[in-house]
Amino acid sequence: MAITQLSVFLENKPGKLYEVVKRISEAGINLRAMTIAEVRDFGILRIIVSDAKKAMEVLEDDHIITTTEVVSAVMEDKAGALYDILQALESANVNIEYMYAYTGEVTGSANVVFRVDDIEGAEAQLREAGVQVL
Amino acid sequence: MTAYYQKEIETASREEILKIQNEKIRKQVKHVYENVPYYRNLMEEKGVTPDDIQSVDDIKKLPFLSKADLREAYPDGLLAVDLKDCVRIHSTSGTTGKRVVAFYTQHDIDLWEECCARAIVAAGGSEEDVLQVCYGYGLFTGGAGLDGGSHKVGCLTLPMSSGNTDRQIQFMMDLGATIICCTPSYAAFIGETLAEKGYKPEDNKLKAGIFGAEPWTEEMRQNIQNSLGIKAYDIYGLTETSGPGVAFECEAQSGMHINEDHFYAEVIDPDTGEVLPEGSKGELVFTALDKEAFPLLRYRTRDICVLSREKCPCGRTHVKMSKPMGRSDDMLIIRGVNVFPSQIETVLLNEGYTPNYQIEIGRKNNTDTLDIYVEADPSKISDKIADIQDMEASLASAMRTMLGIGPKIHLVPPKTITRSEGKAVRVIDNRKLHD
Repeated sequence: MAITQLSVFLENKPGKLYEVVKRISEAGINLRAMTIAEVRDFGILRIIVSDAKKAMEVLEDDHIITTTEVVSAVMEDKAGALYDILQALESANVNIEYMYAYTGEVTGSANVVFRVDDIEGAEAQLREAGVQVL
Repeated sequence: MTAYYQKEIETASREEILKIQNEKIRKQVKHVYENVPYYRNLMEEKGVTPDDIQSVDDIKKLPFLSKADLREAYPDGLLAVDLKDCVRIHSTSGTTGKRVVAFYTQHDIDLWEECCARAIVAAGGSEEDVLQVCYGYGLFTGGAGLDGGSHKVGCLTLPMSSGNTDRQIQFMMDLGATIICCTPSYAAFIGETLAEKGYKPEDNKLKAGIFGAEPWTEEMRQNIQNSLGIKAYDIYGLTETSGPGVAFECEAQSGMHINEDHFYAEVIDPDTGEVLPEGSKGELVFTALDKEAFPLLRYRTRDICVLSREKCPCGRTHVKMSKPMGRSDDMLIIRGVNVFPSQIETVLLNEGYTPNYQIEIGRKNNTDTLDIYVEADPSKISDKIADIQDMEASLASAMRTMLGIGPKIHLVPPKTITRSEGKAVRVIDNRKLHD
């Protein structure tokens, strides 16, 4: 089952990131993971939160915000763990647009988030390879 | 000693000039009335007949022409001769809707080139000179006007057209150009490039420059004069009246002599249309006294300036206009190109954007910069950087097609464009063009 990532378009100006995080915090939403992709004038803040619907509500009025389904796989904290996962995706010929990782709920593991062109194919292949998919 | 291209007319007494103007206007009004139904209708609406116009004092009775008339009459509704008698057209930049097509007979080309020749001689030009034209050639009037004037004076003409600075510099140095004609911002840019290449101002043979097509300040004049080691002269004109050379600066460098034997100038109150007394600041209005193909009467330039009849040390007697001090409409001149905010709005709507935008104009390394901030539609924004960059690039390309110059597009979230008192501030011009 894919999870929902929020992508917030941010101008590259002081206070823009602060404002988004403040809103999420004030709404009591937990920020599980975040990454920023940036170019000269703007960035895209990609976040995974405890309540995507509620986060949309507090942000969508004055932000450009999109939802994207992403694959999140559990990765063990050991050498070669990412290699195994990528090998599974490679064999399914899945293209990865971008990825990032965050600390897992179980100690000794991390969650890896993939934005892919074929979510179902990616998830099926990961499960077959014995990877836990969130 | 001051040199003139046509001394007799350039230094004619006020009475002589008036006599010429009065003769020409009687003939011209009759010509327009008989051959341009569009203008005849305007005259009839005002109840004016050619008989009412006996001297230039009567010009104030005639109806105005504005850019809106030119749009309505596009492409040839103001043409006053048969097409077979025309030998060329020129056109302004901009969209089809805003484009002005000006027609010329050989007589019109000759009088225009003579005006430019007067400007070149006033800047110290003679048949001894090598004159480099780096205005654009083609539809734009800049290249053709100065090129024609240069031929009349007998200069060796370098028809470089615009751009390719390295080549401009190579020809300037190798062929020993002595006079350069371009936009003032391009002149400043050439000056900087020469310095970067290690040339000193005295390394080039330039002695003068004739610069126009965009607003510039005294400060820019000093900067150009110092960096190129020349005297910098202003020139004024617009496609609607023929092109550059309607007015030009002399050695006094204190205002531009209007070629009054060809163009009658008035200054009006832009709100009421009332003619203002000499020396008042107002909108400049031109009447072409002897153009044949495209003879605009009382054309509103939208340029705000002041006319002066103070005696000029150069000996020329024609009235002088100040540098334009602003516009009475919202037209912007960016890199020498006329841009209306409405054109930007049109592109946004065509491309599926809301017309919430802000234009920021600056000047970096003596070149105008144009940044357009556009509020994006959240539903169209992707989570991928490349998609957003593609959107910006595609909008920039649509703008370039419409405006003739390429802006930098910045997509911004909705409701982030500054609004003051509920009204969006559309244009921020940081160039400080007027002293």
